[in-house]
Amino acid sequence: MSPLVKRKREKYTLPNRYVLLILTIVCVILMILSFSTNILSVPLNTISGYALVPMQKGLTAVGTSLIGRAEKLKTLEQVMEENEKLKKELDAISEENTILQQDKYELTKLRELYELDDEYSEYDKVGARIIARDTGNWYSGFVIDKGSNDGIAVNCNVIAGSGLVGRVTDVGPNYAKVISIISDNTNTSGMILSTGDNLIVTGSLKLMERGVIEYSQLSDEDDQVGIGDKVVTSNISDKYLKGILIGYIETVNTDSNNMTKSGTLMPVVDFKHLDDVLVIKDLKNVP
Amino acid sequence: MNFVSTALFMLISFLLQSTLLSRFTIGGIRPNLLLIVVATVGLLLGRRYGMVSGFIAGLFVDIFFGSIIGIYALLYMYVGYVNGICRKVLFPGDFKLPLVLIVGSDVLYCHFCYLIMFLLKGDFSYPYYLSKIIFPEVIYTTLVAILYFPLMKFVFDRIRKREEEAEETIA
Repeated sequence: MSPLVKRKREKYTLPNRYVLLILTIVCVILMILSFSTNILSVPLNTISGYALVPMQKGLTAVGTSLIGRAEKLKTLEQVMEENEKLKKELDAISEENTILQQDKYELTKLRELYELDDEYSEYDKVGARIIARDTGNWYSGFVIDKGSNDGIAVNCNVIAGSGLVGRVTDVGPNYAKVISIISDNTNTSGMILSTGDNLIVTGSLKLMERGVIEYSQLSDEDDQVGIGDKVVTSNISDKYLKGILIGYIETVNTDSNNMTKSGTLMPVVDFKHLDDVLVIKDLKNVP
Repeated sequence: MNFVSTALFMLISFLLQSTLLSRFTIGGIRPNLLLIVVATVGLLLGRRYGMVSGFIAGLFVDIFFGSIIGIYALLYMYVGYVNGICRKVLFPGDFKLPLVLIVGSDVLYCHFCYLIMFLLKGDFSYPYYLSKIIFPEVIYTTLVAILYFPLMKFVFDRIRKREEEAEETIA
């Protein structure tokens, strides 16, 4: 390197420790801004949404197809065996089905009679695919490939299969961030379906490994709640629509105050193998 | 050239970590690819590159997965800076010390994560997190770093050689 070039470069560089100081201050300002206000999220989300989301979509698709192909080969033999078995079962089931059809007809008529509606299926839902997961090992949030362009808004409920997955915490034009109910320090207000007792469901990193989540603050004075009871989102929750299935009670312990109970519940959603989710576009209207 | 390849390495690592790597977890734990890249950039290119790349990498993580923007940016930035300081003690051909430094960075990084996000909210079960989260992550990250560091070193060495040759021809 010639001395001329070197001198020129030195003239323009700020010492590293000042750069570090400036960037540290920037970080702190960003933290304060994002903690107290909402100014940052719109521009940042738009930029990152258009820059990175398409690539994440592509890579996830590649990964899914790769894994899918490997599994396909592995399971082909099993599937053939199963096919034989299933054919036999099908005959039995189709017979059953006709009986059920009749029952269903009766049920709808009865529902009309009681003016009850299956609210669950009435919600306006949109399907979405998970395209990225939290990079660290501490939390379990993820990013889906639908955003405000598809009518998703912050606090939309996310379900998969028949159970609650979580809710949207942040939304960009073509993607949305979802926090799951099993993520550490996330609280969900739930209730026991059979008795209507309220409880708080709390995600915990420690229990995630066992595939269960904690609940607490259950007031059940008559000892009616037992193992296997259904837990759904409560009607007093301000973010979750009521009556979405969360899981089943696994253990019940009486707290040391002798008034409330706590324990663990088994979520209905298989969080480890989650690929596609449904987002309910209707928001809970809280006055 | 250094700038372009650093940016490419970061982009690829971030995308891999957030998409494909979640399918190659061991016991639900995935390696910290971004940390390897940031630490390596610091070790090979110095403090300036290390901290800027750390800042940007952390910012991406914050935007996509964090609730408060700036925490990961701060953490990764210091990882890059500290490794940049350590560049002075490295010998050119030595692979053991850089690996030790990368692993050390990951250990420190994990502890800061625990400190900021769990200890401060009153969660004192440190042994649990150490054995179930931090230790597996460090092991997995080490294994990946054994492959990743030489690859990055090779690329950056090639770039430096080419630039030196180009300068010689000009002179």
